[in-house]
Amino acid sequence: MDRLKLATVWLGGCSGCHMSFLDLDEWLIELHRRADLVYSPLVDTKTYPDHVDVVLVEGALCNTDHLDMIRIIRNRTRILVAFGDCAVTGNVTALRNPLGSAESVLQCAYLDNADLLAQVPSEPGIVPPLLDRVLPVHAVVPVEYYLPGCPPPADRIRALLARLLDGQTPQLTASQIKFG
Amino acid sequence: MAAKTLTIDGQMISAEENQTVLQAARDHDIPIPTLCHLEGVADVGACRLCLVEIAGTPKLLPACVTRVAEGMVVTTNSERLRNYRRMILELLFAERNHPCAVCVSNGHCELQALAMNHGMDHVRFEYRHPRLELDLSHRLFGMDHNRCILCSRCVRVCWTIEGAGTKSVAGRGAASRIVTDLNQPWGESTTCTACGKCVQSCPTGALFYKGATVGEMQRDRDKLEYIVTAREKQQWIV
Repeated sequence: MDRLKLATVWLGGCSGCHMSFLDLDEWLIELHRRADLVYSPLVDTKTYPDHVDVVLVEGALCNTDHLDMIRIIRNRTRILVAFGDCAVTGNVTALRNPLGSAESVLQCAYLDNADLLAQVPSEPGIVPPLLDRVLPVHAVVPVEYYLPGCPPPADRIRALLARLLDGQTPQLTASQIKFG
Repeated sequence: MAAKTLTIDGQMISAEENQTVLQAARDHDIPIPTLCHLEGVADVGACRLCLVEIAGTPKLLPACVTRVAEGMVVTTNSERLRNYRRMILELLFAERNHPCAVCVSNGHCELQALAMNHGMDHVRFEYRHPRLELDLSHRLFGMDHNRCILCSRCVRVCWTIEGAGTKSVAGRGAASRIVTDLNQPWGESTTCTACGKCVQSCPTGALFYKGATVGEMQRDRDKLEYIVTAREKQQWIV
């Protein structure tokens, strides 16, 4: 079998899922033998390539950049995995949703609770506008597999990737789909 | 007491005539998932997780409030039931705000455990993300309505075991919520005895001891069973 083209993406999350990915330790060497990491916060590729086999998407969709990015990812990827609770449910990133629109969220964070120099940051073209609601990945594009956990422990990531490397459907046990 | 003979999942069993299908099944180690059921207090059939199929009726019936009958044929674990149960769990997660990662009950939550056991790796319904209150006015306990699934266990232990009648369900449908006395802050309640039975009964992280942080809220349900057994059977069994 050809080497798997693997990508990982960091959207609206804390990078904890990527830290957990690094926790794969020596299995990363095994992964390296069988897969190329073609795009990731951990490598220096600037644009998301075509014909990616598997992508792990960390984080929820929080701003317009995330929306654009997830559509590019979907178009160029065979198997999209929602990686961690933020991608699967919105989780901590979605805690702002009950506050209402993006405007009221910014009002709460940067004006109401500011101690000094209260102002909403605005850098058009640099800081992307927030979405009114934080969304899980599958609310916008189809997702093949879900890997819950905050973060998913390394053995859970390995259980999923090992099956995908062998061209099989991942089968996670009850304890491997625990949220939180 | 007369015995009834019935079939659950192909297994012939005999049960006492006043037993529910749930009690009969559990006496024979046949698992039926439950969430609002709590040993020692009256069942209300609120959560619908214990729905079972009974031959001869097209309706699904909640095992916790359905009495056994002679010749009854019960199925507890069909494809159809598994689908509905997962759907019920997803609706519960979508209804209020349940980020397990930052919950006091993470790792000790009945809702979380049921989701795992029913293969719920994501929620297909749109999350409602309602804006709900947190009542920290009581000196010992807190109530986070974000995590409440309206199982009414706390209401039932408060009325029937403690006899205080502090907690009730107010409102209707999605606007329902647990209230204290006449919908006032818990800390101002004149009926609450601060016994903590409601906190012991809660299946999620909605009721908690103040000061508990992520994953620290563990409950001791045996205490409730101990009180009920002592009262009803005059047996002080630990």
